[in-house]
Amino acid sequence: MSIDMVEGRAGNPAGARPGMKPTDIDNPDYFHKVVDCQWACPAHTPVPEYIRLIAAGRYSDAYMVNWESNVFPGILGRTCDRPCEPACRRGRVEDQPVAICRLKRVAADNKDDIRHRLPKVPAQKNGKRVALIGAGPASLTVARDLLPLGYRVVLYDQDPQAGGMMRTQIPKFRLPERVLDEEVDYILGLEPDLRMGNGIASMKALLAENYDAIFVGCGAPRGRNLELPGREEAAANIHIGIDWLASVSFGHTTKIGKRVIVLGGGNTAMDCCRTSRRLGGDDVRVVVRSGFEEMKASPWEKEDSMREGIPIHNFLVPKAFTNKAGKLTGMTFEKVKAEYDAKGRRNLVPSGEPDVHMECDDVLVAVGQENAFPWIETDIGIEFDKWHMPKIDEKTMGSTHPKIFFGGDSAFGPKNIIWAVAHGHEAAISIDRLCKGEIVAAPRPPLVNLLSQKMGIHEWSYDNDIALDKRYKVPHLPNEVALKDVRAEVELGFDRELGYAETQRCLNCDVQTVFNKQLCIECDACVDICPLDCITFTANGDEKELRTRLTAPAKNTTQDLYVSDILKTGRVMVKDEDLCLHCSLCAERCPTGAWDMQKFLLEPAQAGHSCRSR
Amino acid sequence: MTYLAKPKFRHPALVPNKLGFTHRDYEGSISTLCAGCGHDSISAALIQACYELDIEPHRVAKLSGIGCSSKTPDYLLGQSHGFNSVHGRMPSVLTGANLANKDLIYLGVSGDGDSASIGLGQFVHCVRRAMNMVYICENNGVYGLTKGQFSATADQGSKSKAGGTNNDAPIDLVGLALLAGATFVARSFSGDKHQLVPLIKAAIAHKGSAVIDVISPCVAFNNHPGSTKSFDFVREHNEAVNSLDFIEAREEITVKYEPGSVEEVKQHDGSILRLHKLHGDYDPRDRVKAMNYLQERHAAGEIVTGLLYLDPEPRDLHAALNTVDVPLNSLGTRELCPGAKVLEGINDDYR
Repeated sequence: MSIDMVEGRAGNPAGARPGMKPTDIDNPDYFHKVVDCQWACPAHTPVPEYIRLIAAGRYSDAYMVNWESNVFPGILGRTCDRPCEPACRRGRVEDQPVAICRLKRVAADNKDDIRHRLPKVPAQKNGKRVALIGAGPASLTVARDLLPLGYRVVLYDQDPQAGGMMRTQIPKFRLPERVLDEEVDYILGLEPDLRMGNGIASMKALLAENYDAIFVGCGAPRGRNLELPGREEAAANIHIGIDWLASVSFGHTTKIGKRVIVLGGGNTAMDCCRTSRRLGGDDVRVVVRSGFEEMKASPWEKEDSMREGIPIHNFLVPKAFTNKAGKLTGMTFEKVKAEYDAKGRRNLVPSGEPDVHMECDDVLVAVGQENAFPWIETDIGIEFDKWHMPKIDEKTMGSTHPKIFFGGDSAFGPKNIIWAVAHGHEAAISIDRLCKGEIVAAPRPPLVNLLSQKMGIHEWSYDNDIALDKRYKVPHLPNEVALKDVRAEVELGFDRELGYAETQRCLNCDVQTVFNKQLCIECDACVDICPLDCITFTANGDEKELRTRLTAPAKNTTQDLYVSDILKTGRVMVKDEDLCLHCSLCAERCPTGAWDMQKFLLEPAQAGHSCRSR
Repeated sequence: MTYLAKPKFRHPALVPNKLGFTHRDYEGSISTLCAGCGHDSISAALIQACYELDIEPHRVAKLSGIGCSSKTPDYLLGQSHGFNSVHGRMPSVLTGANLANKDLIYLGVSGDGDSASIGLGQFVHCVRRAMNMVYICENNGVYGLTKGQFSATADQGSKSKAGGTNNDAPIDLVGLALLAGATFVARSFSGDKHQLVPLIKAAIAHKGSAVIDVISPCVAFNNHPGSTKSFDFVREHNEAVNSLDFIEAREEITVKYEPGSVEEVKQHDGSILRLHKLHGDYDPRDRVKAMNYLQERHAAGEIVTGLLYLDPEPRDLHAALNTVDVPLNSLGTRELCPGAKVLEGINDDYR
């Protein structure tokens, strides 16, 4: 009677149905998912951990947390595709996520000399030799992970300098050369055997050199062409985007016509148009087949382009290049509109309006990139799929040849730097295991630490006060200065003060709310104080039904419910992780310590380390 | 308790009430009571009730005396009127305020020390004058602010945290309220908002003297074995006679119930109290039987909760005094000093 009374009105006597199983917080994935940014990051960088270090002014420490995880903090702090930011819990609590990427740059910009903190290369080698093809982010990551373990690493690249697409495709006004050189040099300082300006012509020949393992990280080097009427005749003024960017990067190309059309809606197109503006293009326009929202370019890159006076024309499909006696005069486009079929798939259909002709002096084609492996023989044991992509195991990065691994864009097609880094870490583990005769595909458990942050009744070892500040804008060079120099970095980055203010927006999602069922007296204090109505004590139920009768409805099914075992009154504690501010108020209000704030630190496995900690 | 103010961020899916407020808009300043205090749950229940009733915060006056309980009005309805009075004297201040402006909702918040010890006389007289108010006693059976002595509502034979036994007979505020003629009497438990929130809503709608005795465990000094006001003891001995749905006058009634299991009582303002019977034929409209039943179950060691007594047609002090329809504080000089001629007429009446 007394127990039923508690839930009497709801008519859900406890135990009447089985309901959800208690959450297994011993599974590292559970709390890892709560740290949305870290979970979303391909390299699983512990974001809140380094943001707190930046707030404390410990820039070098923040940098090293990054460096160990993502290898290129200064580069990524400028160029990352930031999968962490759309995932950021702050973006669900208010409008905008924490400017995670730009905070990473704050750490890189303000650190001291960290060279003494880099790993040392052992004088005694382990006798294993590994060849890395391509000296881009994926291969450099493999090199960094393997060199300190005593491997001999041979790095091949067709370009004279290491860096790969970070050097050839990312314009210098986004990524200054000194930043790139610094972080590439940290790895070159570990003394890989460099074979620069040395493209690989034959995998078979390389295999004959008896390497213990080979890693292919040569990117997606072929820009897609656009075969349209007039392409041949006007070829002199039609350029493939990534090739043109590389040419600019190496200083071979220093100017472009006054009127430029950039074809494509991805980030390469954005780099092409912004570079054109700096090389003499006055009337630079981007023309895209799809609508504005569906464009592949990151929202901030579109924003940056428009800020530089570059209009984006949508729903125009290229039809022909026009020329006058072999000299490009412009392009014709067909106008289309989006139509959705019954399954919600989008089709671009002609709108029936007359074609549009735009005059121009040059066209940059940035409509996609392809992988190309003309140098890999078909009879050596590497299988390719029907799209001519190698068959790669997503966990081990291994190909169908036991000694050959892939990573970065050459594995699954164009992605971005942070994915290349993640692939590199996994491939390095695989190579290390292969060379040690271990099972390559065995699980790779992370190192996990869960530690109470309680310092006193109202004291936590993290700053639990919630700043209400809106996202801070990163200052830019004014257009009149920025557009004059293709090498002048346009984003100025946060200074220390702005950086500090932005760190305060981080909700410390890695400081977990940990519930101890044995200690709970069901006093409701946590339910009453929770500012986001995350906590409910109620009869158990199946997840779908339970989500509808919580203190606030739990509609975001991508976020887990934290469910306790059955409590004294027969109810369970249910916490919706979705909007938790990690403010610690539940734990401060808890009279028995049934709630505690515990920092969850997860370090993904890396080569050679069975158990690591900072 | 916490030093941090509750962050302003709120759940985007909160449903605003008819005034456009969410329950968060009915909060007050951050509580300074001990972590886990039952009183904070009662504050949360009051916030929820006011939110659900679409009450404009400025239409509420919160009054209290001294003690842990009497601090709580600060922690809710930050936009309402408030008066933190002298120990045990809240009923007098409430009476005065009510006389001056009968249009406000009067929320008297008190505790067992404030109401059953120093303010016992004030409590009884306020109730017997049929004040239109909600009188909430946050009853933890202990003097928490002075480190845990037995209060006047502590049960005979119950143990203090230090190990002493209470020899004195307890004062039963529900019994006193019934004796003094309260027209709405209920008892509830801070740990059961499902029961408490509808009771508060019904009490606010009740146009008479409404008393709710809420057992509210003191986690610091009275939540141990041997206490009869602990979370465990109250949960084990709680005997609810009914559970209540409060239905506002304008709501449409759609659900049908088994005959005999539900009783609906219409209040003067049109609101309906739907009572789900949980215990035999308990009739909350029979005052004498209610008093007997409470004594009987108390002797058996049970804590009877729910809506214990209700007179759906209450009279209040203003009706008895035959005051004018408008609040007295809205009367101007012209109404208050109607002139020599009217005075003469009054005097003539006594001749």
